[in-house]
Amino acid sequence: MLITYLRVFVVGGSICLIGQVLINTTKLTAAKILVIFLLSGVVLEVLGIYQHIIDFGHAGATVPIVGFGSLLAKGAMSAASERGILGAIAGGLETVSVCLSAVMVAGLLSGLIISSRTKK
Amino acid sequence: MLAGMMYMEDQRYLELIKQRAPKTRHLRTMIAAFFVGGFICCIGQAFNDLCAYFFPALNPSTIKQIVPLVLVVLATLLTCIGIYDKIGEIGGAGSIIPITGFANSIISPAIEHKREGIINGVCANMFKIAGPVLVIGIVASVLSGIIALVLKSVT
Repeated sequence: MLITYLRVFVVGGSICLIGQVLINTTKLTAAKILVIFLLSGVVLEVLGIYQHIIDFGHAGATVPIVGFGSLLAKGAMSAASERGILGAIAGGLETVSVCLSAVMVAGLLSGLIISSRTKK
Repeated sequence: MLAGMMYMEDQRYLELIKQRAPKTRHLRTMIAAFFVGGFICCIGQAFNDLCAYFFPALNPSTIKQIVPLVLVVLATLLTCIGIYDKIGEIGGAGSIIPITGFANSIISPAIEHKREGIINGVCANMFKIAGPVLVIGIVASVLSGIIALVLKSVT
């Protein structure tokens, strides 16, 4: 139990550490960092490596945006083998649809309810 | 003369800053990113374990969809009350890379651009940062699906 959480902590922390090194050493913006991590998740999933990282690190590998990318690729690949070309096109969005819809609802609601504060 | 000496002092002082500051700053931000990122992932794992404990009927794949959902809602609440910005100041990449940072990058501009109206402000600016990420991610997922198809037809 404790070992699991230690693994989660180390794997998740290490991924974020790589991101921080990128921010410190290069002049990449947040959007570019997110794109790089998402793409590396897709590539690692296609190569079949990321499943091993998830097996080792559990939420430490799925919670970072890399896991989001691997989820996209995994959905597209499994749907492609089931339903052919239509599955390949739709599969990625289908797996992340819950998260994506939730974030849109949350964004619109908070935009409606919260009035923006002046930034310090 | 005195001004010249002070200028020299300034130069030396600036050089000293240049030598020392970045190194310690790098180390501190890296450690902060590691701990904040690891902590957020542990929260995700905790939700995962709690769901599995209280609702044994749910199958693991459903739980895996619930965890990001819970984290997104959590990040929304924290962004709305202004705490997530403070976490971001401390954690740096540790607060950007997890899915909560992705949610924050959508919620934050949505609130910020409220004055420009619902359609032109909130909805239009919501995906200012997350939009490119989603476009590239979805295009890459379609490509990976096609790769899977090609591999399947070859073998």
